[in-house]
Amino acid sequence: MRQDTKMSAEAREFVAEGASPATEGPPGVAVSIRGLGHSYGELRTIERLDLEAPAHGVLGLVGPSGCGKSTLLELISGLQEPVAGEVEVGGAGDPRGRLTRCAYMPQRDLLLPWLSAIDNAALALRNRGARRRAARREAGRLFERFGLAGFEGAAPAELSGGMRQRVAFLRTLVAGKPVLALDEPFASLDAITRAEMQEWLAAALRADPRTVVLVTHDVEEALYLSDRVAVLSARPARVVEELQAPSPRAPDRDAAVTDPGFVAVRERAMLALRGGAG
Amino acid sequence: MSRRWLLPALVLATMVGAWQVAASSGAIAATLRLEDFLVPAPSEIAASLWENRSLLADNAWVTLQEVLLGFGFALVVGLGAAVALHLSETLRRATYPLIVASQTVPIIVIAPILVVWFGYGIGPKLAIVALICFFPIVVNTLDGLRSVDPDATKMMRTLDASRWQTFRRVEAPTALPYAFSGAKIAVAVAVIGAVFGEWAGSDSGLGHLMLLDNAQLETARLFASVVVLSAIAIALFGLLALAERRIVTWR
Repeated sequence: MRQDTKMSAEAREFVAEGASPATEGPPGVAVSIRGLGHSYGELRTIERLDLEAPAHGVLGLVGPSGCGKSTLLELISGLQEPVAGEVEVGGAGDPRGRLTRCAYMPQRDLLLPWLSAIDNAALALRNRGARRRAARREAGRLFERFGLAGFEGAAPAELSGGMRQRVAFLRTLVAGKPVLALDEPFASLDAITRAEMQEWLAAALRADPRTVVLVTHDVEEALYLSDRVAVLSARPARVVEELQAPSPRAPDRDAAVTDPGFVAVRERAMLALRGGAG
Repeated sequence: MSRRWLLPALVLATMVGAWQVAASSGAIAATLRLEDFLVPAPSEIAASLWENRSLLADNAWVTLQEVLLGFGFALVVGLGAAVALHLSETLRRATYPLIVASQTVPIIVIAPILVVWFGYGIGPKLAIVALICFFPIVVNTLDGLRSVDPDATKMMRTLDASRWQTFRRVEAPTALPYAFSGAKIAVAVAVIGAVFGEWAGSDSGLGHLMLLDNAQLETARLFASVVVLSAIAIALFGLLALAERRIVTWR
């Protein structure tokens, strides 16, 4: 816990310095979903869904539990095929093409306990054939940039929940894919750590912009981190309402989420969520 | 570490002590209406161990070879079979129920047939040891491979992992502790298998020696063989547990 607070201070510092947008990140790529339908056997999970995430934009998805949000991320990432409609990532509609453009971060951190933090983060580089030393060097640069310096050699079990989530996010980032599919990245964390992590992720995305599809059940989290938020209905999932976020990824989270404008949009989202759940 | 072993050691010492008193006073023999020499005290067994050390060592070496070769063979084939069953669902559905059902065949009772087929040499012993070691290794390893989180596999795919890389970086390490559990069960039963193999027909080994001792009423030496067999099983189990601790450091 104490480590988290310390790291967060460092993260804030790097926000305050106004870290310039990365020049090394992958080019921006848009995600577009048209008339998407999906079902598991008889169970229809998604029906005629239309969604759009522009290049370097963050699309938040909120909806009741079990409404097919995770399935939607798997469809975008190319891990599953739609039954109807199309999903395009950077113009590629085939699963192979989507898979090469998306990095998927599952709900739990799923850090491999037999690898150190840095080797977990460097997994994608190793999979692409990089030598261990080169992979560590490249992942190590991100550890320093994102306030994880000093924890490279730590075993996952030695890290706090927030730290593990950061390493899991870096693992997704290191893959160098233009699109990140994040499935409730902070659901397992306590409220304070979660707020810190949201601020950290906002800073990370300012420094290294990517197209992000963020699934969460936390309306405030979605509205703070995203440019646009789509409220989904219960199964089969369709869009109930799409909302423009008032101040996406503002450096001062506490100020942003207590702003009357933000609160008003949040109330609208909650209302839409209740309506859609009915 | 000493505290962990203190209580079991005390229990063992008490049991051996009670046996010593009951046997050397002639109480057991009297109750069972037996000759005294048929009920050796621990001290007599220890003496027999020492007197017959070279005979016991020679025969122990024969049995140990049977155990190690049979176990080694089962380990290689068992791990390979587990991986094959994991990779091919068709193969798993076709053969796994049969592998489980095969455990109802008392392998030990087919030992005499194996002796008829392969003779008095090491062949039938290896076959029996390998057959009884095979099952725990396959089942445990396959369980381990199948316990991999499906989300981890998906994550590896979006991190550009090939099927082989997912196996090597995620599935194999996940299954490793399970494989060790299977191997530890297997070495313990391997010793039993080797002895049964020798009982079915052999000209050397501790099992063979036990048959001779039984016929010649050499009960102290018979028990000495049992002690050596137990020591072999415990030592092999201990070696595997040690290797596990060195290799599976994340648990």
